[in-house]
Amino acid sequence: MSKLLKRREVVSRLLADRGDTLVIGGLGASAWDITAAGDHANNFPLWGAMGGAVMIGLGLALAQPKRRVLVITGDGEMLMGLGSLATVGVRNPKNLGIVVLDNERYGETGQQLTHTGMGTDLAAVARATGIAKSSLVRTGNELDLLCTHLARTRACQFAQIKVDPEKLPIVLPPREVSYLKNRFRISVLGEESLYA
Amino acid sequence: MKKAAKAATAATGMAWPKKVHALLKEANIRQVAVVPDAGHSQLIRLVEADKTMQLVRLTTEEEGVAMLCGTWLGGERGVLLMQSSGVGNCINMLSLPLVGHFPLLMLVTMRGDHGEFNPSQVPMGNNTQRVLEAVDVLVRRADCDADVPDAVSGALRITFNSFRPAAVLIGQQIMGAKDFRKLSKKDDHE
Repeated sequence: MSKLLKRREVVSRLLADRGDTLVIGGLGASAWDITAAGDHANNFPLWGAMGGAVMIGLGLALAQPKRRVLVITGDGEMLMGLGSLATVGVRNPKNLGIVVLDNERYGETGQQLTHTGMGTDLAAVARATGIAKSSLVRTGNELDLLCTHLARTRACQFAQIKVDPEKLPIVLPPREVSYLKNRFRISVLGEESLYA
Repeated sequence: MKKAAKAATAATGMAWPKKVHALLKEANIRQVAVVPDAGHSQLIRLVEADKTMQLVRLTTEEEGVAMLCGTWLGGERGVLLMQSSGVGNCINMLSLPLVGHFPLLMLVTMRGDHGEFNPSQVPMGNNTQRVLEAVDVLVRRADCDADVPDAVSGALRITFNSFRPAAVLIGQQIMGAKDFRKLSKKDDHE
């Protein structure tokens, strides 16, 4: 049995060569993780909207078909919006990647078990909705392969990454949502978007 | 598709879907998120036939609220179509456009409203407007076919000018309520 991957190391690896990738961070630990890897104007960390991360990614991916969009979220957040995988599966935007950091816990509320620790196989769910490139990642080698695919393969992709349910210091992004929105839009669309 | 839309107009006698489609086009709406309702079927067909619009079929209405925030982040505009029961599903997700000042337009066809047959539609239908207003969504309502385009036009402008979610409620009187007893006696429901 290999040791579980560490979520902050996973996210640092996923975002190391991010280029102009646009990143949505799901509510809770995933938002802290993308911030710990380096706060960025092309990050949109969520402070609410639980279950909505994948759909925000879909709307963004359809609006920006030339940019790579990466949704990084947790298992609890993904479980709340499971239907959104079906919605993505029928559209399959080639520029959308979804990564679930699966610690099998609701980390923010006291480490209660989620369904993924009791048998729910998110990668299989994603595949069954029509996201053909769907994988379960447990090792560093599998993570390297995922990073290569996310960077090079133009296809809608899903990955469930099993991570250590460790308690980590919270790394807060800015929490004024209008600011996060405007920072993101200015970065993606330019200052002129404010004058439209 | 044009034929289908024409046939639908003839069948329902409603003129608003075509006019609303034109308004959405004029307002540069590119993404249309949908949980279907019979009252929206004509507009959905028009969107399907429109190459400038992307139709996204949702499994539940709050997906559309989240999606349209992503749409705006990416520089496009969208609308969300649903029936009134779906409003209840959206409430927590609306915190994102409310707190982040995202424009977001919902076109809601009413059930549980005028002459409803199904008792289960009434609790949500009778409270759709006050639930939306309780969370500070701007609400406009139209109760006759001719008033729908103006309500949509006003809501489109106010949501994209003031960066706040808005909803147009399209009264059940316009579509007419189904009588399930009659439908259950017919072999062919359509």
